[in-house]
Amino acid sequence: MFFTYLRRELRRRMRQAVFISLGLAVGIGLVITVTASSSGLKDAQGTVLHSLYGVGTDITVTKAPAKGSGGGFGFRVPGQKQNAGGGAPTAGQAFSRDVLLAGSLGTLKSSSVTTIGRLRHVTAAAGALSASDLNISGTLPAGGSGGGGGSGPPASIKTSNFGVLGVDLSVGKVGPLSSAKIAQGRTFTAADANSNVALVDSNYARSNKLNVGSKITVAGTKFTVIGTVSEPQGGATTDVFVPLQRAQSLAGMKNEVNTIYVAAGSAADISAVQQAIKNQFPGVTVTTSSDLASEVTGSLASAASLASNLGKWLAIAVLAAAFAVASLLTMAAVSRRVREFGTLKALGWRSKRVIGQVMGETFVMGIAGGIAGVALGYGGAALVSTLVPSLSATVGQSTGSAAPGNSSGFPPIGGAGKLASAAKTISVHLTAPVTLSALLLAVLLAVAGGLVAGTFGGWRAARLRPADALTRVQ
Amino acid sequence: MYRLTGVTKTYKKGRDAVQALRGVDLAIEDGEWLAIQGPTGHGKSTLLQILGGLDRPTSGQVNFDGQDLATMREGQVTRVRATSIGFIFQTFNLIPTLSAQENVEAALVPLRIKPARRRSRAAELLSEVGLSDRLRHLPSELSGGQQQRVAIARALVKEPTVLLADEPTGNLDEGTRDEIISLLEKLWREFGLTLVLITHDTPVARRAQRVGLMQQGRLSVQQETRQTST
Repeated sequence: MFFTYLRRELRRRMRQAVFISLGLAVGIGLVITVTASSSGLKDAQGTVLHSLYGVGTDITVTKAPAKGSGGGFGFRVPGQKQNAGGGAPTAGQAFSRDVLLAGSLGTLKSSSVTTIGRLRHVTAAAGALSASDLNISGTLPAGGSGGGGGSGPPASIKTSNFGVLGVDLSVGKVGPLSSAKIAQGRTFTAADANSNVALVDSNYARSNKLNVGSKITVAGTKFTVIGTVSEPQGGATTDVFVPLQRAQSLAGMKNEVNTIYVAAGSAADISAVQQAIKNQFPGVTVTTSSDLASEVTGSLASAASLASNLGKWLAIAVLAAAFAVASLLTMAAVSRRVREFGTLKALGWRSKRVIGQVMGETFVMGIAGGIAGVALGYGGAALVSTLVPSLSATVGQSTGSAAPGNSSGFPPIGGAGKLASAAKTISVHLTAPVTLSALLLAVLLAVAGGLVAGTFGGWRAARLRPADALTRVQ
Repeated sequence: MYRLTGVTKTYKKGRDAVQALRGVDLAIEDGEWLAIQGPTGHGKSTLLQILGGLDRPTSGQVNFDGQDLATMREGQVTRVRATSIGFIFQTFNLIPTLSAQENVEAALVPLRIKPARRRSRAAELLSEVGLSDRLRHLPSELSGGQQQRVAIARALVKEPTVLLADEPTGNLDEGTRDEIISLLEKLWREFGLTLVLITHDTPVARRAQRVGLMQQGRLSVQQETRQTST
């Protein structure tokens, strides 16, 4: 009887049932689309962050450089006095100098990596030395080397630089190289720790015509290219990867690193690990992936902000409106059926049973709205994936300066220490994946919508006194 | 069966209070047929609703088989309605989306009778009122007389002890009216029912054992108008 009565009533009020279901469907579809877009934006942000720090990295540890450690460009040239004294070229003399500079970040002892690795909830820690290879060559013009008043180097002096990252070969699952894919050749092995071998970013390799087996000069030392790597989304944060020990040696920074990549046991442990590192190493900058996310700007950040603010509230507003309309229509429908419900009560039907009948009808409308909403949501998510153009994410201000207070903790983008490079912009294609949890949320919302409407309608039905209901003229 | 003592009912209508019943005393015996007449708005339907437990008096006692319907809890009154009291309305009050058989079955739902048994009981009663060939018809596919027959079958399918009829022929033509009253009389006899029937129609009222006149919320009952063997 329950289902027969329910089916017939829905069929009788088909137009209203369809209207209520569609209202719920639009709200639910919007929730799914917004949730999927938010999820896609999170993925995109994750992609950007992974391209910078590597998959699996939850925390980076850096240190602001000590005051006065940098100088004009923040150079620290091993074994040579800057602009002075013996060995320095004189006016009219040709010179060439190739040095590895790591002055944009403060240094941390290599033993810090081990200490951090032993902290509770830390699953892996890897040190890296982020540096820039600077090559200056030419002939010093007569009249001094100061170039006073000039805005750049004289035409006879050429400079070039590329980003170099010394990576710890013993820890593979954390750090920038962990997100890179080998495009050609092979990756490092433990045996390469003290070898002059390098991996080159595939874009850099293409533009400099480098292949596996090619030679590349880092700080005056020839390295053999053993492979090329492609970094996600063209992140290209580093041009050349070399073994950490070789980078330390060439930069004159034995047993020193300037970035430590840390993986925590779980997302819930990140803040505890962050605090533990701060306690262990006062003065360091400990940056989590969520901190990094806040540093991302550009259309990706704008879209994320739009989804989390406008999108979320729009979905809530539409859903609330759909719930309200469903409730009002259900109450109106109950009002039109007072005599019917009064008759049922006269026959001995309990209020509970009458309410159950009303709620059953709205429940079915909610389910129908949920199914239609899921379809609409899938359609909306597909539209977002298809129509939204690639989003750009601009990360950090990679000035290469040694100025303290670079609190973002970003290693300089586009090559550590790359001089005066602009903030790095990465293009990301937005997808809007509909997750199982979003579908479950949709079904729950649909059922909730139906039940809310049914509760209002049922409440109205329950308040009916059979005598009043039967005397009502229809 | 029924013992009503000093029953009053006052409604609030805006700021005014309307006294629908003013101290009704009434005794109705088992198996009796009582017709109640009176002008519109003088409390006939209110009295019937109080007899059926659809409404409660403002004061007084409504003793039904030893229980006071005026003070019983709502659940208990609902149970009494479900088991012992059948209603027939002037406007039939059939559920428009349910067939004749399903409408009759609806009266058995609160008794938790199994669906198969419900269906067969409904079919039996519809056959009893001469509608065995209309089981699957919707109310909109039936004439007024047929709809009232379905309503009678619905009222009687649970085998109640009391049948309360509120102007059951009010919406019917004369010929159909006579058919329905004859049917009610036949069923009253067969089922041994206590029948309380409200009517404006004097020829209909005269077929009852006793006739009450409701005026200004007061009831005066004539002595037995005819001797009817049950």
